[in-house]
Amino acid sequence: MDGKVYVVTSGKGGVGKTTTVANLGTGLAKLGKKVALIDADIGLRNLDVVLGLENRIVYDIVDVVEKKCRQEQALIKDKRYSSLCLLPAAQTRDKTAVSPKQMGELITQLKKDFDYVIIDSPAGIEQGFKNAIEGADEAIVVTTPEVAAVRDADRIIGMLEAEGLSNPELIINRVRVDMMRRGDMMNIEDMVEILAIQLLGIVPEDENIVVSTNTGEPIVLTEDAQAGEAFWNITRRLEGEDIPLISLEEGVVDRLKRFVGLK
Amino acid sequence: MIDLMKGMFNKDELQSKDLAKERLRLVLVHDRMGVSPEVIEDMKEELIQVISKYLEIDKDGLEMELDRQENSVALVANIPVKQLKKR
Ligand SMILES: Nc1ncnc2c1ncn2[C@@H]1O[C@H](COP(=O)(O)OP(=O)(O)OP(=O)(O)O)[C@@H](O)[C@H]1O
Ligand SMILES: [Mg+2]
Repeated sequence: MDGKVYVVTSGKGGVGKTTTVANLGTGLAKLGKKVALIDADIGLRNLDVVLGLENRIVYDIVDVVEKKCRQEQALIKDKRYSSLCLLPAAQTRDKTAVSPKQMGELITQLKKDFDYVIIDSPAGIEQGFKNAIEGADEAIVVTTPEVAAVRDADRIIGMLEAEGLSNPELIINRVRVDMMRRGDMMNIEDMVEILAIQLLGIVPEDENIVVSTNTGEPIVLTEDAQAGEAFWNITRRLEGEDIPLISLEEGVVDRLKRFVGLK
Repeated sequence: MIDLMKGMFNKDELQSKDLAKERLRLVLVHDRMGVSPEVIEDMKEELIQVISKYLEIDKDGLEMELDRQENSVALVANIPVKQLKKR
């Protein structure tokens, strides 16, 4: 049976797409799933570094579509989980080096061998985005709690729906509970209501993510990091587990505050 | 703890999250309809001309915007009238 193909996209740049792909991919592999991650950000290769695999790259996605190598040759195995693979972007080419049609064919092939294929989309709404959504069954939209990011998320949601990806799910990244409590960050409920899509998860702002990108070790493997816990919850939701949104992602401190009536 | 207290006592002050939400709502109404604020501005000018044939209006006090309620979008205009024009 064919695996499920997700595209992770955002509109606005730098909101956490690559971080999300690396963590959900690693999380799913930890659950024993066969996962292929595709870096569709051609010219701005990133996912390899976040996963700590940058030294292993021989071939890339453009080599595959230009038939300079076989698909299996370009797929890099993860250090930690042998069921996780990365198809890296080309660094010295641009977005036009792959056409949506080629991308579609590539994914049709890939999903035969994997439970999940997750595509890391570049920012923007141009060809790179069109390539990234080609062949996807489901879309995950990442935003941060800022006006500009949510606005672009809305635009992307409209475009996804026009392309037949009609039920995108939302991840709100870099959430700061302290700022929300002060009233200096938009509420989760408000953003979900305005965008009118299903919420998949909330990821707190967490400096452990910076450490994790320094070492090339996805945060989802660090269980006591807030963001790690959040990505782990999202991973399990993808696998169909029913994990309540608020209670688990609040963390101990918040539950305590709620308990004493401070929240 | 200080932050928590502030959060508790300043409830009626306008918080920046409310401003963010309002600005977001407004910009999305325009984005989703593909109507730029400029188009609204042009429409406003023409409307002023038409209405001025019949009423003396306060042009500076005129407000017009797209507003989203529940499932519909309304063009809401507030046009202060100074007096009826004598024909
Ligand atoms: N929850 C978080 N807490 C702290 N830092 C974060 C968080 N999420 C992402 N970051 C940091 O933000 C930066 C941008 O993240 P990332 O590269 O994942 O975004 P992106 O959407 O893929 O960007 P681009 O549009 O350029 O591809 C990175 O330095 C990352 O470490
Ligand atoms: Mg990226």
